Parts: sequence; C-alpha cells; structure tokens
Amino acid sequence: MDTAPASDRPDDQRQQEPPPYAEVQASAEFGELRRAHRSFAFPLTIAFVSWYLLYVLLSNYADDFMGTKLVGNINVALVFGLAQFLTTFLIAWWYSRHAAAKLDPRSAAIKSTLDGGA
Amino acid sequence: MNLHQLAVDSASDHRPLIITLFSVFVLATLGITVWAGRQTKDATDFYAGGRSFSGFQNGLAISGDYMSAASFLGIAGAIALAGYDGFLYSIGFLVAWLVALLLVAEPLRNTGRYTMGDVLAFRMRQRPVRTAAGVSTIVVSIFYLLAQMAGAGVLVSLLLGITSEAGKILIVVLVGVVMILYVSIGGMKGTTWVQMVKAVMLIAGALLMTFLVLLKFDFNVSDLLGKAAENTKLGHAFLEPGLKYGVTGTTKLDFISLGLALVLGTAGLPHILIRFYTVPTAKAARNSVNWAIGIIGAFYLMTIALGFGAAALLNKTDITTSNKAGNTAAPLLAEELGGPVLLAVISAVAFATILAVVAGLTLASSSSFAHDLYANVIRKGEATQEEEIKAARWATVGIGAVAVVLGVFSRDLNVAGLVALAFAVAASANLPTILYSLFWKRFTTQGALWSIYGGLISSVVLVLFSPVVSGKESSMFKHADFDWFPLENPGLISIPLGFLLGWVGSLLSKEKPDKDKYAELEVRSLTGYGAH
Repeated sequence: MDTAPASDRPDDQRQQEPPPYAEVQASAEFGELRRAHRSFAFPLTIAFVSWYLLYVLLSNYADDFMGTKLVGNINVALVFGLAQFLTTFLIAWWYSRHAAAKLDPRSAAIKSTLDGGA
Repeated sequence: MNLHQLAVDSASDHRPLIITLFSVFVLATLGITVWAGRQTKDATDFYAGGRSFSGFQNGLAISGDYMSAASFLGIAGAIALAGYDGFLYSIGFLVAWLVALLLVAEPLRNTGRYTMGDVLAFRMRQRPVRTAAGVSTIVVSIFYLLAQMAGAGVLVSLLLGITSEAGKILIVVLVGVVMILYVSIGGMKGTTWVQMVKAVMLIAGALLMTFLVLLKFDFNVSDLLGKAAENTKLGHAFLEPGLKYGVTGTTKLDFISLGLALVLGTAGLPHILIRFYTVPTAKAARNSVNWAIGIIGAFYLMTIALGFGAAALLNKTDITTSNKAGNTAAPLLAEELGGPVLLAVISAVAFATILAVVAGLTLASSSSFAHDLYANVIRKGEATQEEEIKAARWATVGIGAVAVVLGVFSRDLNVAGLVALAFAVAASANLPTILYSLFWKRFTTQGALWSIYGGLISSVVLVLFSPVVSGKESSMFKHADFDWFPLENPGLISIPLGFLLGWVGSLLSKEKPDKDKYAELEVRSLTGYGAH
C-alpha cells in the first residue's frame, strides 16, 4: 500500500525511527486524555444539535407556540432564537474552560514524554 | 419615483465617491498583498501564512472569510422580505461553529499541513483519497465562488448605476482579476490580511447602521418589530416563523433540510478549514474559533436590526424592484439612514466583503489542486516546494478564469440556492470523512471514497433535478421541467447518505484499517506531537 510521502512526516531530525505511537495510544495516560475529550465533546455535540433541531422543528410545526407574545412585539420565536445565540456562546466558553483544565495539561505531558523519550 | 430608481440615480450622482472608495480599498489591499508577497518564501508561507498569525488575528480573518455576501446582503434581504424566516439563516450559520470548535479545529491543526486532504488521506491510501479530497474541495469552492461572483456582478453594477450588459461583464472580470492578484501574489498571508481588513470594515459598517436604525426607534426593539410588521402589512405573522417555509408540507421538509446543511456544512468547508493552519498551535486554533464565534455572533445579532430595520423603514416594492431576492435591502437602508455618503460607504463594505471571500475560496481550491492533486497524486510526492507553489499560482489563474466565465453566465441565477448547495455538499461529502477519520478506528480507504464521492454526487445530482434548476419561475431554467426532486436543498437525503456510505463502505471493505496509521493520527491529533 502507499505510504505518506516523506514530507508529511514530522520534521524533527532526531526521529530516526518512528515514535512508538501504538504504545502511547494504548497507555493509560492517553486513554484518560481521549476519555476527557470524548466524554465531553460527544454528548455536548449531540445536545446542541438536538437543541438546534428542536428549534427548527418548533419553527416548522408549532406556529402558535412560537408566535406567543411575551413583551410588546417580542414573541417566543425571537426569544428562542436569541437563546440559540446565548447557548452557542456559553458552550464555546464552557468547552474552552474544560480544554484548558482537563485536556491541555494531559496532552502537554504526553507530548513531552514523546519529545524526550523517543 | 421609487427608491430603487433613487438609489440608481444617486448612485450615478455619487459615482465618483463610490468609485473612489472602491479604488482606495482595492489599492490599499493590493499594497498589503505585494508586501505579504515579498515575505512569502516557502510553501508554508504560501499555503499557511507561515503559521505566524495569533488566535485573535485568525479569528478576525475567519470572520472575514465566513461572512460572505450571503450573510451581509442575503440575510438582511431575507429578513426584510420574509421576516422571521430570514433570521433562521443567522442561527444555523452561527450554531454550526460549535461542530468546528468541539470536533474539528484542533485535531485538524495538529495533523494536517496545508489542505483538508492532508487529514482525509492521513490514514488512507494516498492517491485515491487525495484525488477525492481535491475534487470535493474544488467542487464545493466553485459552487460557493459562483454564488459570490454572480452576486458581485449584480450588486456592483447596481451600486455603480451600470446597466449595460458589457458593463456588468466588465465588473465580474475586474473582480476576478483582483482576486487572482491577491491570491497568486500574496498567498495565504496576503489573503489573511485582506480578510482582517474586510472583517473590521464589515463590523464597523454593521454597527453604524444598527446604531442608526435603533436611534430611530429610541432603542426600543419592540417598536422596531411593530413598525416592521405594520409597514409590511403582514402583521404579527411577519415576526413569526412560517412566511417562507411554512407554506406546505414540502417547504417545511425543505426547511429541515436547509437547517441540517447549515449546521453541519461549516465544519466541512475547505476554505474555512485551511484557516486553522495559519496559527502555530491547536490552542491558538481553539482561540481563533472562539474569537470567530464572538465576532460572527455579534454580526448576526445585528442582522436583526438591519433586516427588520429595512422592513420598517423601506417600501417593500422598492426592495423587490431593485433585486427580487432582496439582496440590495442593506444598501437601500443605508441610503435611507445616511444619504448617498452612507450608501457609498456601505457599498464599499459590500464590495470588500465579496472580494475577501472570493480570495479565500480561490486560495482553498488552488492549494488543494497544487498540494493534493499535483504534488501528491500527479508527482507522487516528488515535487519540490518551488514547483508546488508555482502550480498553486497557475491554479489560481485557472480557477479565477473559470469563476469569471461561470460568473458572467450565471449573473441572473438564484444565488441563495448555490450557497446552500455549497453547504450541503460540504456536509455530505467532507464532514463524514473528517469525523470518521479522526474518531473511528475501523474507517478504511473504501469507506472514505464511498462517503466523499457518494455525498458529492448525490447532493449535486439532487440539486440538478430540484426546483433550483428547473420548473419554477425562480429557477435557473424556468422553461424546462425536470424537477422530480421536490426539495431545494438536498441535505436531508445526501448528508445521512454520506455518513451511511462511509460506514457501510468501511464494513464491506476487504482491506483492513491501518492500525499503525490510526495510532499515529490519534496520538498526534490529541497531543499536537509532530505538528508542523
């Protein structure tokens, strides 16, 4: 089978033989990093896509509810739409906080092992 | 005399002012481009701006790349005509960024070098997957490009008061030439600076107009909405979902289809993805998406004021005589608010918007041609950096020429359908392979090929037989009738099909997935080890 051209490999000249990727992948530290990313990003992705689709479906099939006036000419549909903006900002902020606390230290530790050890 | 006529007349009266502003923008950005070109020495400079931009700079450039004519002129016009249903676009375009933030931006930055194909082909047999990735990149970019070029021709001609056919063609050619110069001279560095300048201009222009609209209503949004409902004579229905998409069961399905394409398309758009390579680390890529979400979100909030402001302050027939799709609502609103001077300024902003986006699209497709197709498929990885950059520069000229020709022939076409198609193709052909590649260990070359080509072909074919192309008054060919697929947007069918084909293709594959390559991809994507 074809392999990646040499230019796609890490530029580091010290790497005479490929780093032990399979070993790292199987390690407990890497397992934790993967879990910390997936257990956060996957459910949250399902959640915000569902929340968005709920909005799409309500806009389609629940006209009366969406048209309910709340204050003056501001109705449920507008508030629901603005809520999508708000949740997008909040999720972005939440993910970045999670990444800084749970992902960055773990990935930096594994990376420095690879840099030093291989 | 209606307002459209007024706009054309005052555009003619103030043509010197508008032309001056356009020229200042073009000359200033070409200056930046030449300066950036002098600093472009190797392939990393050309493709990825030397990876020297900060998270904030890239966030600004992403915003400049993403907020196209469809966002500024299209959404303002859609809200002005269809009320609340126009606002639905803003929401999909924004929420979509979370897919990029949570799943795509950082792993892509860590594992790829220059193109989307770098990541798609990482674990796979290089030549077939690179070919597929290159084809898909170029198809998506050309659809997107076509929409922008068609919009540019119509818009700029209107704003400059040019009505002759030759004049309109000349404008499209001019846009094409400037865009080829930006990309071939300045590469990613030049293009990035142009996008940053444009983003600042667009945000400033939108802020000014939003302020002026709200000032007219003493900053009472409810009054603004009330006046819009009253002025359009549609009453409260104008403020509720359903005017455009709630008509029949089919239009409702179409809306779901559009919603899916918008939310899943962004993270598969090649011109957006290559922007993540311009920053030094995955963390900077994350920061740039956060900045982009903030800037783009703020902009889309302002589209409420612009769109409903146009509905409240302008006469509907003035908007539609000027452009049936409402694309000129924002400039007309500018004239209403601030006279010919503001019209000229906002026109220059719109022009900058289009130029920056077409430059980004041309760069994405010529990069993919040079790096994926030329260097890795045709030359099998043997090309030197100089040869690769040379191929990219020539590809820029070629793709620019194609865009100009298509733009000239399509200037009367329905632009909105093309943009939504670009999103649908990106979501069907690119996103499944990106996600499977990064997160599914059993994914194989066959799965990638089935998914990319299956998503690409199904979405394009469904559009070909949709009412966008034939059968309706608003179709490209209104006198022909081969629209057996009832939805204008194919996403509802083609996106699940793309995911399904990637899965089935992998399971039925005789070839075993490459475990070592997946180990390398997974470790590198999460840790940033060996990132370029």
